Amino acid sequence: MKKFITILTASILTLTLVGCGTNVRDQVLDANTGKGQVQTRSMQTRAFDTTDQEATLRTVIATLQDLSFVIDKADLDLGSVSGTKLDGYAVRMTVSVRPRNQSQLIVRANATYNDEPILEPKPYQDFYNALSKALFLDAQAVE
Amino acid sequence: MLIIRQSSKLAVIVVLGLSAILSGCASGIPKDALTLKKDSFESRLLQTRKYQTLDEKNLLSASAAVLQDLGFNLDESETALGVVVGSKTRDATDGGQVAAAVFVALLGGGNMAIDERQMIRASLVTRPSKDEGSSIVRVTFQRVVWNTQKVVSRIEAINEAEIYQDFFSRLDKAVFLEGQKL
Repeated sequence: MKKFITILTASILTLTLVGCGTNVRDQVLDANTGKGQVQTRSMQTRAFDTTDQEATLRTVIATLQDLSFVIDKADLDLGSVSGTKLDGYAVRMTVSVRPRNQSQLIVRANATYNDEPILEPKPYQDFYNALSKALFLDAQAVE
Repeated sequence: MLIIRQSSKLAVIVVLGLSAILSGCASGIPKDALTLKKDSFESRLLQTRKYQTLDEKNLLSASAAVLQDLGFNLDESETALGVVVGSKTRDATDGGQVAAAVFVALLGGGNMAIDERQMIRASLVTRPSKDEGSSIVRVTFQRVVWNTQKVVSRIEAINEAEIYQDFFSRLDKAVFLEGQKL
């Protein structure tokens, strides 16, 4: 019985440590999220039928403001915008807008909820629904 | 007797282990965190004014000056996209909370943590209006409050109407124009 308890304690401790990825490599590389890079990227990315990067970035900023984000940074050359929403919790989001081809832009968003990456598709779908309405353009899935 | 004691010890270990696992990995963004809500439109009205000018750069620099008047330091700016961001750290002591803490201490409740310090952030964005010859300004404020134990006690958007009205009346004076509500 004593041996059993020791083993159980050891395995629970291991689970606690491993399950939440407290090691530096996993945290820096987000290597332990349980989702592949391709899956994560496609969930966070949409294509839009426009080539106006500036207008798209300005609409991204307006959409973030509509969703109660305060803009932290914006850079037209880099095509990126970051914002933070505080409402008893913190959501931080970075959105980048880059040309995809002659007729399309690609928009990518990644977000963090408190100290964790957001890996469910729903919040990204909600964001792109709002952006799509503001742009009067369809958000097209990529890949 | 020995068996009972061991099995209750076991239960404690399992519960502790499970709670550690759950709290460590607890994830859960509120379902509607990134959806437009009914009050999104009201907030937009409160935070936005339209000015009869096409000079976005002038509007932006006047706005930056108003933020400076209000004691903000500018953290970021991108003129090409019409963005300025500022912040300031201020005292967050609230008279009511101090009174409550004194009351608790008098009752022998010990040292109650009260709000002590806050960081206020402001972010202001200009953009051309769909109506010709005018530009839109939208400002948003938020704050993080720490208590006397240096723990974050509040993390919120600032929605008081008077704050926005006051900000825009200052901006009106700075650009010599009167901002119109949408």
